[in-house]
Amino acid sequence: MNRLLFEKTGDAVWLSHLDLMRVFQRAFKRADIMIWHSQGFSPRAYVSIALPLPVGSESGCEILDFEIQDGSVDLAKLPALLNRTMPAGIRVLEAYESAVKIKHLTRLRAQITLEYDRGIPEQAGRAIAELFSGGPVLVKKRTKSGGEAELDLKPMIFSLSLREASAQELELTALVSAQNPSCNPQLLVNAIETHLPEQKPDFARIKRLEIYDEQGNPFR
Amino acid sequence: MTDQFHRLLMRVQKPARYVGGEYNQIIKDKTDVDVRVAFCFPDTYEIGMSNIGMRILYGVMNEMPGVWCERVFAPWGDMEDEMRAHDLPLWALESHDAVKDFDLVAFTLGYEMCYSNVLNMLELAQIPLLAKERDGLENIVFAGGVCAVNSEPLADFIDFFSIGEGEESTPEIIECYRAAKKKGLTKQEFLHEVAKIEGVYVPSLYTHTYYEDGTLAAITPEPGAPERVKKRIVQDLNTAYFPTKTIVPSTQIVHDRSNLEIFRGCIRGCRFCQAGFCYRPIRAKSADVLCKQAIESLEDSGNSEITLASLSTSDYRELEALADGLLEYCEPRKINLSLPSLRADNFSRELMMRIQKVRKSGLTFAPEAGTQRLRDAINKNVTEEEILSTCATAFSGGWNSVKLYFMLGLPTETDEDVVGIAELVYKILQVWRENGSGKKRGLSINLATAYFVPKPFTPFQWAAQITPEEYLRRVHLLQANLHAKCVDYRYHESDLSRLESVMARGDRRVGQALLEAHRLGCRLDGWDEYFDYEKWLEAFRRAGIDPDFYTTRGFAADELLPWQTIDVGVTTKFLLHEREKALRSESTPDCRTHCNGCGARMLSERRLCDESPAV
Repeated sequence: MNRLLFEKTGDAVWLSHLDLMRVFQRAFKRADIMIWHSQGFSPRAYVSIALPLPVGSESGCEILDFEIQDGSVDLAKLPALLNRTMPAGIRVLEAYESAVKIKHLTRLRAQITLEYDRGIPEQAGRAIAELFSGGPVLVKKRTKSGGEAELDLKPMIFSLSLREASAQELELTALVSAQNPSCNPQLLVNAIETHLPEQKPDFARIKRLEIYDEQGNPFR
Repeated sequence: MTDQFHRLLMRVQKPARYVGGEYNQIIKDKTDVDVRVAFCFPDTYEIGMSNIGMRILYGVMNEMPGVWCERVFAPWGDMEDEMRAHDLPLWALESHDAVKDFDLVAFTLGYEMCYSNVLNMLELAQIPLLAKERDGLENIVFAGGVCAVNSEPLADFIDFFSIGEGEESTPEIIECYRAAKKKGLTKQEFLHEVAKIEGVYVPSLYTHTYYEDGTLAAITPEPGAPERVKKRIVQDLNTAYFPTKTIVPSTQIVHDRSNLEIFRGCIRGCRFCQAGFCYRPIRAKSADVLCKQAIESLEDSGNSEITLASLSTSDYRELEALADGLLEYCEPRKINLSLPSLRADNFSRELMMRIQKVRKSGLTFAPEAGTQRLRDAINKNVTEEEILSTCATAFSGGWNSVKLYFMLGLPTETDEDVVGIAELVYKILQVWRENGSGKKRGLSINLATAYFVPKPFTPFQWAAQITPEEYLRRVHLLQANLHAKCVDYRYHESDLSRLESVMARGDRRVGQALLEAHRLGCRLDGWDEYFDYEKWLEAFRRAGIDPDFYTTRGFAADELLPWQTIDVGVTTKFLLHEREKALRSESTPDCRTHCNGCGARMLSERRLCDESPAV
């Protein structure tokens, strides 16, 4: 399998998962690289992006799998080739062969910046730390069937740290379960809003910092 | 900290359409720019980015040194609510700067039902709606596009209109503006200057007066303003500007593919078709040029589909050579070639089978009328036999669905013509029974009827629209005659088409209704989610406008028409002659069989139309 590591920043964070697939399908065509197409009625260039990133989140560690049709492309040159025609905010960092299956991508580290327009509330740091170090952290989550389910975040958070990035920004860095079960970092914000309404931020921005395998090594 | 704009993106549907940043968008250094143009498309990003005209003119303007043209689209309702709640003015996608900071604000008008969006976008941009309320040279608002041929309903809001094709006139307009700005002209002085450019119509330089019965009495131009404004055309499409490097949207749009215009104008002369008369004379691009532009466009965009745009693809003389050339490039690269608007003739049938190698597209016919008699009256030169034999070929080749488009309320239509639609549908079903392959899945026929809207600059420009009640009666008559289960019949709502009819042939007074409608919150009228007919009726009441005056009344042949100032090349005499023939159910041969003398060739410097010299 051929794999790309890329970042999604700036206004590219507003692209959906499907948009992003289309962006890469076209980028390969623009670079004149024929990648493997799905067979059937409407053949499509096959690309697979691991762990769909929520719209609005930034990431420095996205993974895209593809297959070059005739195998004749120099992967080392691919990032520069693709980056020549990318929309703003999408940048390919590496292209390589990988035999590691996506199922081994089990954990991810995310940075959640809580923005308080009137300054960080005095108790916020301590209250948030306590919330995530105590017992179960229950949040409501919409299910696929449209209903609501209660979910405990606690077993999905492996480590968590807090830091005041500025007088108005509280930065929360968490290592969470990436798949089976997957923990969307937005749920941590929801937990704060639910359980600590007084510490509710005016806005929260989220960045995926790194992805890991079971052994704790960066997933590539 | 995240700014307000980016915070609200988190709360709206499809935020990607509001931020720009796509591959090939044009970013310029503001210190090198002295004219900034906000090019507004009065509908959503998904619709606007599919528009080929906007792509061409975006390229034309940005080719000019010192000019930066950026894109602006209408926000969806959720975003509009956020903008109003947070006092966020409408912005341009490239720089994210507020539209109110731009020199020129341009609109393209492709469809009458976008007029409320024009007003709403101006308001969201925090620019005064009425032209007379905008004093200086800042925020000069102009508009073009096919609806500009009767721009009277927008005359109070738009400073000037660009009539016809904009490739050459737009740079002239911008240079005129640049000079005015340098010389420090007043807005009035600038408007007089810009009115000297051929194809520019400045409505405030014309006074419209009315008779007591409400019909137009006179149009009086101010000294210096031309009596008639002649439509601009591009003389040679082969050498005309055409961008092969254009913005590739990152998010999905309606027509998500490369688009290649093969010729302008139409030889057919269907009497209801505004484009057919307004885009004359016929000018084609050579197959060589097209192939080159196609390959460049596909290579640069990475699109996996390309479509040929024109009013009637089959009438392109070099179609076979072009299709072969394109297929040779597209097939090995798994690029889909789509040829819309093919006629139902033999040659097209063969071609259709050949191009389906990558992906099979649908089978669509627009006979428009159910009987040969009415098809002759509207000059839609497609015969039943052609439709049925094309269906036979397609059905035996594996097609199992067909779309059929008709209009109800065409001039001279009788119940016999309406029932004729059902009969044609039944005959198609018979053809399927005899020729269909893979019958297990059955045939599906999608039948749609539209409510005929008479348009300016067509032989039917004087015609009365039938009443909504009569339209619905004909819909039900058709419905009662459709028996087969495989037919899915849909008909256009009468409300929207009635309104479209008012806007299409409206005069200057309709602008007041438009303003009232805007105040009542009308916008995005082309979208079912937002169209609110009751509000429009209320707006007409408040403005004291009777919609029937513009719809069911019809215009007398000797009546002064609100769009009389505009000259699209086709003469009124010709249109009247065609109208007479329509009433006699007499067809007119296509322009290639022989020139019917419509007058449009006089727009050509060499008096050429369809590459044959003047007769």
